[in-house]
Amino acid sequence: MTEALGAAASPLDITRRRDRRTNVDSVVTGLCTLATAGVVIVLGAIILFVLVAGLAGLTVQFLTRETEGYNAGGGLAAILGSLQMVPLALLIAAPLGILGGIYLAEASDGRVANAARFATETIAGLPSVLVGIFVFTILVAPFGQYSGGAGAVALAIIMLPIIARSVEEILRLVPPSVREAALALGIPWWRTVTSVILRTAAAGILTVVMLAVARAAGETAPLLLTTVGGDAVNIGDFQQPMDSLPAFIWFNSGQPDDTLNAQAWAASLVLLVFVLVVNLIVRSRSIGQRAA
Amino acid sequence: MQPVFPAELGSTGGVGDSSGVATGNVIHLPDAVAVRSAHAPLEDAAEAASAVATGHMHLSGVSVWYGRFRAVRDVSLAIPPQQVMAIIGPSGCGKSTLIRTLNRMHETIPTGRIEGSVALDGRDLYAADVDPVRVRRTIGMVFQRPNPFPTMSIFDNVAAGLRLGGTPAGVRVEDMVEQSLRRSALWDEVKDKLRARATTLSGGQQQRLCIARALAIGPRVLLMDEPCSALDPIATSRIEELIVQLREQVTIVIVTHNLQQAGRISDRTAFLLVDPERAGYLVETGPTTDMFTRPREQLTSDYMSGRFG
Amino acid sequence: MTTSTASLLPPDVSGSSGGRASDRGFRWLLRLVGVGLVALLIGIMAMLLLGSAKTWSTFGLSFLTGMVWDPSNDLYGAFPFIAGTIATSALAMSIAVPVGLLTAIFLSEIAPRRIALPLIFMVELIAAIPSVVIGLWGVGVLSVLLRDVIEVPFVDRFGDVPFFGASAYGSDLLAASLVLALMVTPTIVALTREVFANVPQLERDALVGLGGTRWETIRVVVLPAARSGFIGSCVLALGRAMGETMAVAMVIGNVDQVPSGLFEPAQTISSKVALSWGESTQGLETSSLIALGVVLMAVTVSTVVATRLMIRASRRSGMAA
Repeated sequence: MTEALGAAASPLDITRRRDRRTNVDSVVTGLCTLATAGVVIVLGAIILFVLVAGLAGLTVQFLTRETEGYNAGGGLAAILGSLQMVPLALLIAAPLGILGGIYLAEASDGRVANAARFATETIAGLPSVLVGIFVFTILVAPFGQYSGGAGAVALAIIMLPIIARSVEEILRLVPPSVREAALALGIPWWRTVTSVILRTAAAGILTVVMLAVARAAGETAPLLLTTVGGDAVNIGDFQQPMDSLPAFIWFNSGQPDDTLNAQAWAASLVLLVFVLVVNLIVRSRSIGQRAA
Repeated sequence: MQPVFPAELGSTGGVGDSSGVATGNVIHLPDAVAVRSAHAPLEDAAEAASAVATGHMHLSGVSVWYGRFRAVRDVSLAIPPQQVMAIIGPSGCGKSTLIRTLNRMHETIPTGRIEGSVALDGRDLYAADVDPVRVRRTIGMVFQRPNPFPTMSIFDNVAAGLRLGGTPAGVRVEDMVEQSLRRSALWDEVKDKLRARATTLSGGQQQRLCIARALAIGPRVLLMDEPCSALDPIATSRIEELIVQLREQVTIVIVTHNLQQAGRISDRTAFLLVDPERAGYLVETGPTTDMFTRPREQLTSDYMSGRFG
Repeated sequence: MTTSTASLLPPDVSGSSGGRASDRGFRWLLRLVGVGLVALLIGIMAMLLLGSAKTWSTFGLSFLTGMVWDPSNDLYGAFPFIAGTIATSALAMSIAVPVGLLTAIFLSEIAPRRIALPLIFMVELIAAIPSVVIGLWGVGVLSVLLRDVIEVPFVDRFGDVPFFGASAYGSDLLAASLVLALMVTPTIVALTREVFANVPQLERDALVGLGGTRWETIRVVVLPAARSGFIGSCVLALGRAMGETMAVAMVIGNVDQVPSGLFEPAQTISSKVALSWGESTQGLETSSLIALGVVLMAVTVSTVVATRLMIRASRRSGMAA
């Protein structure tokens, strides 16, 4: 009545050996390892070249002289320009982005909220050159003037949806018990959101903002369309064009002059180090948070 | 069915045996086990059987670790072939951890490792020349919650293992699938809808499907980690009937937190407890009838009578 | 990730005590920002359409098929750039999709955690590198490498092979495609890893318990479950590839012609806009550049919409399963 299962009568086959199944597994493992290695090696190559060529170009001249057209000048105007436009962009985008994130997290099903979420996602996905066109048509063309202010606005538009979406996600993670506890204490709702909830989410929001800044610092196309001609050092005058590190790299990468080329690498090194440092800080903070 | 034990054993509050009779203070064993226990001591039979029979397992001094935490301490256990071995004990005593060392699944957890030896039909499963993947083709597993492959049909689920490893020469996949489903007492219910998604089955049917899937590749041993804990009582009793039938073909090791279930279906029982360092250890093992009626350890009889759990 | 879907809405209290005015004010402020976001998108779209109106009225839809871009004769056709965008993106995806998938599998399923974590960081770092820096490396290193190691020897040996072309300057379709592939691979890797991580351990255990090899577990359990998420990541990556501007502009050779070979220079929509913007002096040229922007926007918005639809569809089928 009971049949022994076929394999039970055959010898115990558990020794390690190669067969079709293990071979296929090994081949796939090899391919995956190769692909990953390839990606990492290319990254390494980029970092290596930027480091070596950048250090060579990181001269005093680069740091102290301003752009002199096709002659070998320096990157001072570019550095100062970025140091002004990016913080201004942050000043515009951060409060609006945080408010936007709160709005998206609060009114989760309203028609306007859905539209706002779609708008946020879409703007975030737009090529930055289109943002450049937009800001050009509203802030440059009417005044007949390229300006650092227009550049800052363009960067702000790029940062805004990034901040808003991430803030929305972070706020959704705040447990409802926090809100309920504050409301139970009689704290008015707007105060609950700003003081209590935002404070709980502050670390995450800071992370988001840092990443948005790193992203904006590297954007080129929108600046090419809004703030051209900032060769001279420009401190504080946002109605005049300002140079920027990305635009500096762009212009000098194509120059036949070796010094200018080297300076392009130097500017790249500055940008790369900045981006790397921000990402490392963000990564270590998120690991710390997870361990906590 | 004949009541085997005196009423002094006390009730452990079950839902009744598979014959549907309320048992009150008495624990009933299936006749087959009652008959078997009358014969020669199982240890001797096991030794004699190991040279020839299939599905004999032996654990020696097995300790199971998660990194630096020892979850199971120094277990030595004989699992004779073609019988049902129940592993019982309160929750957290390492039953699931222990059973996963038998088919080398514990080590798939990043910090998982064992000490000691686990042998199948005389071969050490953890020897350096042994392939853990092949071990798992010889020792099947059924999990706590039914886990049929959600995107596959009933047929494809049972055939999954066969399709990976191939069927014996001249045997068709369809025949092996039918054979497995018959063995799992599922064939009649699904034979007209083999192409339907496995997720359309009820929980109990899905679990029997998982049993069919595991049996299809012809393992010597079938491990079951609390297979009925997610099922209703009727589905549970059908699977218990199935287990009793399957024992003739394959050795079964079943982890269960349900004492009556162990009493109903198992030939031998192993009782685990947690020591003060939170490591599980083997309190006692032996034929189920002995464990329930005349256990050697005080702890065992306390647990059986429900003094703690 | 468990997200609370409970909104932060204030409780429905119709009291008239003090703080309510500030609550209402705050809510109006938020609503204003929300509306502002929508207005911003509409504004961008409107400005693009308005700014390019002259071109559309002059050429109509034949702008999209026109083959010549000649400012001196006021003749503008977008086809070479559309073709260039499609060609570079398609080539880039043909590399990025398999490489991204294999890398995601490695990081998710093969590498032990201690090795995987730093590697994951490195792969994500690529996405953080500014496009212009990658472009500089592309023109300074990659193009030179391609030219000297591959293209010049190839053309010397085989001459003008169809699909490859005859010019071998390094800055061409091939370089642009490679650079794009590098830039979108992290997107595919990150999103695909996420879907892999969502596959329940219980399903994997089923195949491991059957004695499946690691690849078999991936093939039978993980990949089918991750399929729609993976495809979504590819759609997103494609959108990014099509919109990528600076790195492409620096290595594609910038010749306004339909791509005629891997080793031939070409031009993409976004690169053309960025390059020619500063020089464009008169209305129709600027308007035509903006018209190119309209095409780009249409493409980008379609990918966002497509991804959203896919996410919605997979969420629905996930609940049904």
